[in-house]
Amino acid sequence: MAAAIEQATLLAVDGLVKRFGGLLATDNVSLGIREGEIHAIIGPNGAGKTTLIAQLAGEILPNAGTIRFAGTDVTGLTVDARARLGIARSYQITQIFKGFTALDNVAMAVQAQDGHNFRTWAPARADENLRKPAAAILERVGLGARADVRAVNLAHGEQRQLEIAMALATRPRLLLLDEPMAGMGKDESERMTALLAKLKGEETILLIEHDMDVVFALADRISVLVYGRVIATGRPDEIRANADVRAAYLGDGDA
Amino acid sequence: MNALKLDRRTWFVIVLLAALAVLPLVAIATDNDYQIAQFRRILIFAIAAVSLDLILGYGGMVSLGHAAFFGVGAYIVAILNWHAAREVPLFGMMLGTHNVLVTWTAAAMLSGALACLIGLVSLRTSGIYFIMITLAFAQMVYFFFVSLRAYGGDDGLRFPGDTVVLGVIDTENDVAFYYLVFGILCAVLYATRRLVNSRFGLVVQGCRENERRMKALGFATFRYKLACFTLAGALAGFAGALFAANESYISPSIMHWTRSGDLIVMVVLGGMGTLIGPVVGAVAFLFLEKTLPDYTEHWMVVFGPILLLLVLFARRGIFGWFLPKEDRHGGGH
Ligand SMILES: Nc1ncnc2c1ncn2[C@@H]1O[C@H](COP(=O)(O)OP(=O)(O)OP(=O)(O)O)[C@@H](O)[C@H]1O
Ligand SMILES: [Mg+2]
Repeated sequence: MAAAIEQATLLAVDGLVKRFGGLLATDNVSLGIREGEIHAIIGPNGAGKTTLIAQLAGEILPNAGTIRFAGTDVTGLTVDARARLGIARSYQITQIFKGFTALDNVAMAVQAQDGHNFRTWAPARADENLRKPAAAILERVGLGARADVRAVNLAHGEQRQLEIAMALATRPRLLLLDEPMAGMGKDESERMTALLAKLKGEETILLIEHDMDVVFALADRISVLVYGRVIATGRPDEIRANADVRAAYLGDGDA
Repeated sequence: MNALKLDRRTWFVIVLLAALAVLPLVAIATDNDYQIAQFRRILIFAIAAVSLDLILGYGGMVSLGHAAFFGVGAYIVAILNWHAAREVPLFGMMLGTHNVLVTWTAAAMLSGALACLIGLVSLRTSGIYFIMITLAFAQMVYFFFVSLRAYGGDDGLRFPGDTVVLGVIDTENDVAFYYLVFGILCAVLYATRRLVNSRFGLVVQGCRENERRMKALGFATFRYKLACFTLAGALAGFAGALFAANESYISPSIMHWTRSGDLIVMVVLGGMGTLIGPVVGAVAFLFLEKTLPDYTEHWMVVFGPILLLLVLFARRGIFGWFLPKEDRHGGGH
């Protein structure tokens, strides 16, 4: 697979360490995310997946290690500075503007990268430069018909889709998705899986997900995190065959 | 919007502003002209309440120090007038003046600058810490003016009030001054309405709704909140300038923290995050404050529960009853 090896590394994590008191939540993690891939991170509850993503996005600062994004050292940058460089994320617990309509939520994300945020006179809700791209992205994630519904009145699954729409609207170079199907019913999960499949190949995605069927169907590569440590990284078939992974996580005959 | 099919909310705004427009005429017709200065004071507090609504209702910043900016604006006007009348130099120069172009502008700008400084520190905190730190700053400002012996300290400052605005409107003319303040209130309502619906306004509301999400989208939220806080402080200072012109006498009591509390009550009572609501709140609050004591000296015992019920059952206050159902809670337009 010469082509895969030559693929540029978009995000390079090196020797990342995060301690919460005596707990080692991130234990010397080194990881590369390649341009265009879906890279899944799996691991049991409390393995440190969310903590890792939070460090990549900048909400938590590591005790040691570096994070390079598109050739820039972003280890010390704030959340918003990293977002402006092109790192977008969804949260394990949905973070949206509950009082805004779905369209207003996405328009805010469009505005984030369109700028002109100190304009104080022209009505932003009549601004085609914001509304049109926002409407198109809502359409893309399958919420076109729900544009004028307040986010608080959307179903749980729709709120999660909306959050992904917002992340996409910032035109990111890297999407960090923390359990996008968390708390979803069967239908909602299927819709989300279809959406992620649609994004495959178009976006670079770091995906945390517990549903193994989804992970093995979508991921180009998988890293397994146990007690804060990456015990294996590889293609789905390699991970499935890995003895350490089977022992530590997947269990016999589970995958 | 179709002129023939106005919604309840638009009707409410029209009726409210029309009522305020004819108020002095009614007062004159019923031999109550002596009350026009009172009515002006209500409009002036309405402007201050609208300015607080920008940070409280739209920005979600619960500041318990807003009266400090109002007071500083008032003191700037008072001090400049006082120096001009006595021909006493200020900072070694004859800076005193009666010219409102200078005094009112200075009031707005210096209050805005103070708000910017206070915001720089306090906006690094949130929640209860933000409330406490704004309160602390405001009390510092309050005690600063209490200790200013040269300008009357605790007793306050009296100064000549015969201000002429732009060579046409004499503040001694009760009715003309009323319409000037009314015109300013309308202009403020229009400009703030545009502001909250602009890109900047939506960013500020985004920070109220979910600041974490705003940062994750790439917004450096601090600077927008600071700009909003500064603007609100400047507007409050401007209202303070009008207050000084209205009263010809001011004392530090106008910037006591309880006055900041009164402003919050006006905003909450009328309807947070609606701009017009705080106007209703100012009218209702100052009216109740004036009339309830006539019925009972324990009027606070009546007023407190009324307020509590409003906060519990009508989160958007009095004006909330006139909003479409889905707009009554949360959000903001
Ligand atoms: N702010 C914090 N302070 C102290 N401990 C924390 C903090 N955040 C996380 N932890 C701990 O760090 C460990 C890793 O947590 P994390 O949320 O990253 O796990 P996770 O892999 O995302 O789990 P899940 O699958 O349940 O979402 C857990 O033991 C957790 O209790
Ligand atoms: Mg997690």
